[in-house]
Amino acid sequence: MTEEIIIAGFGGQGVLSMGKILAYSGIMQEQEVSWMPSYGPEMRGGTANVTVILSDERISSPIINKFDTAIILNQQSMDKFENSVKPGGMLIYDGNGISRHPERKDINIYRVDAAEEAAKMESARTFNMIVLGGYLKIKPLVKLENVIRGLAESLPERHHSLIPVNEKAILRGMDIIKPVQEL
Amino acid sequence: MTKRISADDIVKEENLVYKKTSLLTKNVMHYCPGCGHGTLHRLIAEVIEEMNIQSETIGITPVGCSVLMYNYLDIDMQGAAHGRAPALATAVKRLMPGKYVFTYQGDGDLAAIGTAETIHACNRGENFTIFFINNGIYGMTGGQMAPTTLPEMRSSTSPYGRDVKMMGNPLNITELVARLPGTYYVTRQAVHTPANVRKAKKAIRQAFESQKLNKGLSLVEILSNCNSGWKMSPLQANKWMVENMFPFYPIGDIKLEGKLLDKE
Amino acid sequence: MKELKLMKGNEAIAEAAIRAGADAYFGYPITPQSEILEYLMLERPHERTGMIVLQAESEVAAINMVYGGAACGRKVITSSSSPGISLKQEGISYMAGSELPCLVVNVVRGGPGLGTIQPSQSDYFQAVKGGGHGDYRLLVLAPQSVQEMADFVGLGFDLAFKYRNPVMILTDGALGQMMEKVWFDEQKPRQTVFPSWATTGKSTDRERNIITSLNLDSLKQEKHNQKIQDKYKKMKENEVRFEKIECDNAEYLFIAYGTSARICQKSVQLARERGIKAGLLRPITLFPFPEKAVLELANLVKGMLAVEMSTGQMVEDVKLAVKGKVKVEHFGRMGGVIPSPDEILIALENLIKKIS
Ligand SMILES: Cc1ncc(C[n+]2csc(CCOP(=O)(O)OP(=O)(O)O)c2C)c(N)n1
Ligand code: SF4
Repeated sequence: MTEEIIIAGFGGQGVLSMGKILAYSGIMQEQEVSWMPSYGPEMRGGTANVTVILSDERISSPIINKFDTAIILNQQSMDKFENSVKPGGMLIYDGNGISRHPERKDINIYRVDAAEEAAKMESARTFNMIVLGGYLKIKPLVKLENVIRGLAESLPERHHSLIPVNEKAILRGMDIIKPVQEL
Repeated sequence: MTKRISADDIVKEENLVYKKTSLLTKNVMHYCPGCGHGTLHRLIAEVIEEMNIQSETIGITPVGCSVLMYNYLDIDMQGAAHGRAPALATAVKRLMPGKYVFTYQGDGDLAAIGTAETIHACNRGENFTIFFINNGIYGMTGGQMAPTTLPEMRSSTSPYGRDVKMMGNPLNITELVARLPGTYYVTRQAVHTPANVRKAKKAIRQAFESQKLNKGLSLVEILSNCNSGWKMSPLQANKWMVENMFPFYPIGDIKLEGKLLDKE
Repeated sequence: MKELKLMKGNEAIAEAAIRAGADAYFGYPITPQSEILEYLMLERPHERTGMIVLQAESEVAAINMVYGGAACGRKVITSSSSPGISLKQEGISYMAGSELPCLVVNVVRGGPGLGTIQPSQSDYFQAVKGGGHGDYRLLVLAPQSVQEMADFVGLGFDLAFKYRNPVMILTDGALGQMMEKVWFDEQKPRQTVFPSWATTGKSTDRERNIITSLNLDSLKQEKHNQKIQDKYKKMKENEVRFEKIECDNAEYLFIAYGTSARICQKSVQLARERGIKAGLLRPITLFPFPEKAVLELANLVKGMLAVEMSTGQMVEDVKLAVKGKVKVEHFGRMGGVIPSPDEILIALENLIKKIS
């Protein structure tokens, strides 16, 4: 099994840390992982993205231009990455701030309105965990318990009290994700 | 029924109280909201416009957050390698002594990698102006310790606070170069309140004017926040600056007409 | 016991330096490698091993601090990215001349000049042909993964001391910024006994030690040059390292190092899915270059494509090595653009068309 994912949105949405938690979760179940971020000063509020690969085999290129899954969290990223999903692959997006919805006919499309849900839960910070939950519902590649262990590994000790809130957010994401187009 | 006032009713020549100087280009500045770089750019542009010296001014940009300053000022500019702006300016001014020449440098650029260039240009009494923006940190590269970082201040390369025993003391380079015979006008200002902005603008004007006298280097230090690097909101950052930076780097003139002001 | 971590390449270099028993690190911030200094400051290596870490006022100062430490026989490391490495060249030349060991890490970004902060491989010539003034070489290691970023630190120190010569780890922003799994060796103790040539203070039982690169007598200087050239010859005999991937029945060969080699591995897979028998030769040492391995393969394949994130620098060494036996072309992107596995495959297909 190899899963090649891109997560793309605004800097500050937790794009990079969501990728990091996925990578840690992969390690918890003894997979090979790579995490390749976009970097630079444009991260101050500009766009950010990260490519995460989880695999049972040695990972060849950590840098790829076609993805099994694209998780898209703003319009610019939709414009940039919709066409990078492999045919038959999957696109997950948050409808918040999206003016042009995905148009591909040859991929599976899901929508997870995490921004809205995070606002309801009154914890904007858990936004990325809601998205992650949605993704894991559709592709349960890593077990929830490994995600929680991954979370513990990637968070500094002083933030471990936040793990239950994050777990709740993941479960919430699993509930609210809905199909837009299934092949 | 009263008519609703629309924007068009307000935006009229006779209502104009403030206008962007024509010397600032239309490009959107990339600075973080609340950062002092943008304000200082504007003041320099205003002074050049008011003195009507656009065609006679050459600016040198540093490497730092203000590396793209040439996108914002409608004058001739050169981009220097990190720390070397005073060397470029030395050549420019000596080759074109009638022009107004300035460098614009951050604390890392001016007081770390470029210390030698700074000190020697000051000591030779080169007849240009240095605008020195001191935010106590390396903004561009993501908040590392600068020579001006205060004792105990945290940065990404002093994560437990600046330990002066291990990392050295903050360098008050402005007071240091003021003691060199080659400097003519040395002052320290800030741009966080309207009153300070007005004073800073006067200082900028005075620095440019003193180039006419051909009596040595003028240096204007501007204390500024780097809210991103300090990891604070702009308001918090300005407050922190007043409470912590001002005592260490006091605002005001340091050297006038080639004479050190005795503060005691 | 080995320890598993998920880390950025830059952090892996820093951690590996502590564990290799490095005595000191001197550096100046520059993207995309500032994490090395930041990680070291956070880790307080002084408390872990006594290792010294200092943020210098410039790269010029940093490399000269390295000189001083190395002349005392200490294991010293510095790192920077392209513009900063250019500044260090004078110091590196002095160290090669004075026969001092040290480890220099270049996390390359696109140039020339201030350029971009995105990954590139455009400093190949500078790294393998000397870089500064005078007739000298660095031993250059090119990691392709976060694991190798870590492993080559210890290896680099060993080679630097073996040959009394600076060693460079030539990597790039992509490897510096990306995270992968990495296994770390156990902490090695810092050395307590120093080489006999080191300026550790003249004791009564030996002559004084002088570290210098100055020789006013030309004949002496020529002899000294000969001596260091002999070291480079020995490196060529003993230190060539490379990896062959799917080369056994290959008809076409990619030659690539570092990040490009990782991407080419995907291109090899894609090519083989389309029935093209492609392979990859990955130089691990760039100096000494794996000339013999390239020549051997030149006799077996129909064409070679050197893939680099530059206008074509390593390709010159490939052409020299194949001695005209086979067609060699270059494919690359520049200025911080990373080529995709697909476009590399297209470049290979174009080469195949030209040959047949
Ligand atoms: C030779 C060289 N070394 C390092 C760098 C990386 N670098 C870019 S800006 C900078 C520091 C900028 O800090 P400062 O001068 O304080 O300006 P600020 O960004 O805070 O305005 C550094 C170290 C470089 N560009 N060139
Ligand atoms: S990083 Fe700091 S100095 Fe740079 S623009 Fe932002 S606030 Fe200003």
